[in-house]
Amino acid sequence: MTSYTVEFDDIPGTRVFTASRAKSGYALNQFCMSLMKEANRERFKADERAYLDETTRMSQEQKQAVLDRDYNKMIDLGGQIYFLAKIFATDGLSYLQAVSTMTGMPVEEYQQMMISGGRSPEGWRSIKDGD
Amino acid sequence: MARITHGLTTSHIPAVGATIDQGRTQEPYWKPLFDGYEWTKAWARENVPDVVILVYNDHASAFTPALVPTFALGCADEFPPADEGYGPRPVPVVPGRPDLAAHLAEGLILDEFDLTLMYDMPVDHGLTVPLSLIYGQPQAWPTTVIPLAVNVVQYPPPTGHRCFMLGQAIRRSVERFDENLNVHIWGTGGMSHQLQGPRAGFINQPWDHAFMDRLLKDPAELARMKHLEYVREAGAEGIELVMWLIMRGALGPEAEELHRFYHVPGSNTAVGHMVLRSAETPA
Repeated sequence: MTSYTVEFDDIPGTRVFTASRAKSGYALNQFCMSLMKEANRERFKADERAYLDETTRMSQEQKQAVLDRDYNKMIDLGGQIYFLAKIFATDGLSYLQAVSTMTGMPVEEYQQMMISGGRSPEGWRSIKDGD
Repeated sequence: MARITHGLTTSHIPAVGATIDQGRTQEPYWKPLFDGYEWTKAWARENVPDVVILVYNDHASAFTPALVPTFALGCADEFPPADEGYGPRPVPVVPGRPDLAAHLAEGLILDEFDLTLMYDMPVDHGLTVPLSLIYGQPQAWPTTVIPLAVNVVQYPPPTGHRCFMLGQAIRRSVERFDENLNVHIWGTGGMSHQLQGPRAGFINQPWDHAFMDRLLKDPAELARMKHLEYVREAGAEGIELVMWLIMRGALGPEAEELHRFYHVPGSNTAVGHMVLRSAETPA
């Protein structure tokens, strides 16, 4: 890892999608792209496990994260939000609904936070500076 | 000769497109956001360009994980709306401008910007939501469009400085085109927002306002900002703001602000919108 990449790790609650994450998440993100076709969405919804086993080369851990709709876990395993958006679009969820699940807040509380001006930067800038 | 006369910036939130498509723009949550574009819609009706160079980012629609071009120029006759997982948006196919795109491809590559050239490219909400915000719901878009897709998904994206220089090169190249064309350039995405992880929902209003001020008055210095500062101060997806620097570079050294609008929230995002006139454009 370069110093360029390492610097981002100081930002709390954030994973930037580096070339090495792109490599480890390749099969997961390609699975997401497959959901851009209606026929694939129908096949996935009919039997999610079978679709993942038969059409992807994802790790068991990645498959489980998809089945659990654990978006933080998917990102940890190399997923990127714009790819993952195809999963929650298939589920009929908006960005706001899906994104709120990563914060540990109920969606109503998350939406209210946004209406009130969003998450304040205070305390969310730097782990080492505690700011 | 062709000239870049005006620039425009706007966020490109997908929920904004869905709200327009579903006829819900007058709902209390959404109305203040759409009201902020009314001035621009009226202005745009009176100032239709021949071509819009539309700088945006693809959100894993045209580009799979197999292909990550830093700058990709749309050279096709037309660009269909992408299916992003819920069917394509019900908006017109986007007409291209292949003669000017071919000219730009040649001019920019010889100017040492090694673009990827796209002859078959669906366009997602990053490109179609700005068109809907400015032109509403026409049967056909009133202008031709040259898409310029910028990678802001996989790190590193291009630096702000590189984007600013590309904008300057676009201005030079457009001015070498023989036909008399009025060209606008749009920079889209932003402003502060984060769509991932426990920090999702991040918004930094003072930083956003300062960014707009600096974009107008001191873009060369703003272009030196590091990626780390974008992510730290504007959220992970705030990195999209490097694209506004392409627009600004293409307007020339001095620009005048005709309109500005800022609103929180649009879904997860701080909405920023500016309309600028190049100082070299007659008022």
